[in-house]
Amino acid sequence: MPNMSLQKNEMPVQEANVRNKNFNEVALGYSKEQALSEAERCLNCKNKPCMNGCPVMVKIPDFIAKIREGDFEGAYQIISETSSLPAVCGRVCPQESQCEKYCIRGIKGDPVGIGRLERFVADLHNANSKVEKIDIKQNGIKVAVVGSGPSGLTCAGDLAKKGYSVTVFEAFHIAGGVLSYGIPEFRLPKAIVEKEIENLQTLGVKFEKDMVIGKVLSIEELYKEGFKAVFIGTGAGLPKFMNIEGENKNGVYSANEFLTRINLMKAYKEDSSTPIKRGKKIVVVGGGNVAMDAARSALRLGGDVSIVYRRTKNELPARKEEVLHAEEEGIVFNFLTNPVRINADEKGWVKSITCVKMELGEPDASGRRSPVVVNGSEFDIEADVVIMALGTSPNPLIKNTTNGLEVNNHGGIIVDENGKTSVDYVYAGGDAVTGAATVILAMGAGKTAAKAIDAKLLNKTETK
Amino acid sequence: MFEIISKRELNPTVSEIEVYAPLVAKKAEAGQFVIVRAIEDGERIPLTVADYDREKGSVKIIFQIVGATTFTLNQLKKGDCLADFVGPLGNPTETEGLKKVAIIGGGVGSAIAYPIAKKLHNLGATVHTIAGFRNKDLVILEDEFKAVSDKFILMSDDGSAGEKGLVTDALKTLIENGENYDEVIAIGPVIMMKFVCALTKQYNVKTIISMNPIMIDGTGMCGGCRLTVGGKTKFACVDGPDFDGHLVDFDEAMSRGAMYKEWERHKYEETCNLFKKA
Repeated sequence: MPNMSLQKNEMPVQEANVRNKNFNEVALGYSKEQALSEAERCLNCKNKPCMNGCPVMVKIPDFIAKIREGDFEGAYQIISETSSLPAVCGRVCPQESQCEKYCIRGIKGDPVGIGRLERFVADLHNANSKVEKIDIKQNGIKVAVVGSGPSGLTCAGDLAKKGYSVTVFEAFHIAGGVLSYGIPEFRLPKAIVEKEIENLQTLGVKFEKDMVIGKVLSIEELYKEGFKAVFIGTGAGLPKFMNIEGENKNGVYSANEFLTRINLMKAYKEDSSTPIKRGKKIVVVGGGNVAMDAARSALRLGGDVSIVYRRTKNELPARKEEVLHAEEEGIVFNFLTNPVRINADEKGWVKSITCVKMELGEPDASGRRSPVVVNGSEFDIEADVVIMALGTSPNPLIKNTTNGLEVNNHGGIIVDENGKTSVDYVYAGGDAVTGAATVILAMGAGKTAAKAIDAKLLNKTETK
Repeated sequence: MFEIISKRELNPTVSEIEVYAPLVAKKAEAGQFVIVRAIEDGERIPLTVADYDREKGSVKIIFQIVGATTFTLNQLKKGDCLADFVGPLGNPTETEGLKKVAIIGGGVGSAIAYPIAKKLHNLGATVHTIAGFRNKDLVILEDEFKAVSDKFILMSDDGSAGEKGLVTDALKTLIENGENYDEVIAIGPVIMMKFVCALTKQYNVKTIISMNPIMIDGTGMCGGCRLTVGGKTKFACVDGPDFDGHLVDFDEAMSRGAMYKEWERHKYEETCNLFKKA
């Protein structure tokens, strides 16, 4: 008999007033009992609507069935058939707009806590598994993956499982891309990212750090090195700004810079060699996951934090849980508010941000109601740190050094439905193609490209 | 690993290290920079390529000890390895079509000016170099500059080396004496570049300056290195580091450059004390 409770089993979390002062993980994960109880809520629908909401098509009802049987490792194995980063996805996927959105139980009450269950089995697996060398028949074909973020890691993992000799090139000194520099420790502990990378290394994937492809080696040179195909997953590029007065004043950060200082360079630790400005009044501009991450990180450094967003709460693009957690932790939201100017003191440091009130007008092309300025509504918010979390445009380094690589007007690399670019044997995916999006979409793109690369290279080998 | 294959002290606060980094050496050009992390858990700092030897596979960097990170970097000796050495980043200095150029180096900025002077000299251009320092103890690369310059003028604030005065005084004299430069390339403290540009604007001589702002990734991701050029926001790491000096907002750049000054001073003292105890 399924568990017919209308509510999900609640996720145990660190108390809001405790966690807003530390960088430890907020959500603590289900116990076995909670996981079993939540798994009982799944009706094991024949047509599996949840799977269609998943960009990598995890066999959701099947893995949940294994949990019900108490075969947690079996559940993990089912997830890892299609997802290379289960412990990451269980934490950072926007489940409410993907798998859980289509869950039948969600029609009346909460959907099944699919993400929480995924996290549960992945964490249990990682806690118990020993790193074992898996025997894969090598085909000796070299493939280069540029960037070690979610799309690159997924592509590398899938190709390694098929026997390719994969090398991942990373510009930073630590692999993981946005999982390492962008998403904070309290939402995605770096030990989990390291574990996932270790898993790939046991599959034979090689990591070359400090390598800025497009500068130190071009794509053409990778061919000369013997790589037969290249996947570009270089992710987010230049941060976007609003082009308003005062944006280059001291104390104004892009979310990329603020988060990189904290996550990658550990500026939140007292003994860090990388500085960060700890504000008293911090204003974050934007409403996405990155804005929430920046706001909650700033809060943990001390100080009052508010978010300025030009639409209403309903339009916030961030995961619901992040918004809820941010509110619980004491972050103030100023909706229907848009900055027009940043004001600085005589030494060039930010002292306030001038905003206008907005109201929602007619729906635009994207279907969202676009905000319109309310005349004469200017007002100032006191601030000594302002963080701009407005998205990014793709990185230009590879485009500038690769002949024939076509990009769209936003600078995103143009690919077909298989992730193939305008250059033969060069594939791309993730934010480098789409502009700022989610971890799971990037993973989906890495997966698609891996499949296409395999098809292309094997055909070629056979016809030779 | 990135081994230090030679090291020399250019003056009491400025050192030169030659690093084994064959892939970087293969591609490096004058005007480009590298991101260096001296030790694990260290800060990432941008340092301009001072010289390279493609055959030897080495790249030279010159740095002034100004804070905890450069102090730590200077603790490393020949045979030690740097944790990270990433590059070559940024765009090379444009040298095409230049026939006669005035190169201005200020303080440790001379280290960046030198490879550009050398490159232009090797391309057959007439190179006039003006290098300015506070006093004779801080003079670096004098012989190197002389070897690649058709004219070399050494300036010092107190007159203890070369002529007494600022680099702008020497440049003004040269221009007034009828020297016609295709371009002036000025590299040094932001305040120096600002005054060189103010001068050359009067004479309408195109002036290129090289920015060395605070950076983290150096690849166009963090946006920390942004500056205003001709009213638009530019990123020194991917749009520069060279810019048309007549368009740069130097005051803003100076203010941004001082963002962590106080923090750095504390950190520096802390680090020095740590080494004293050890």
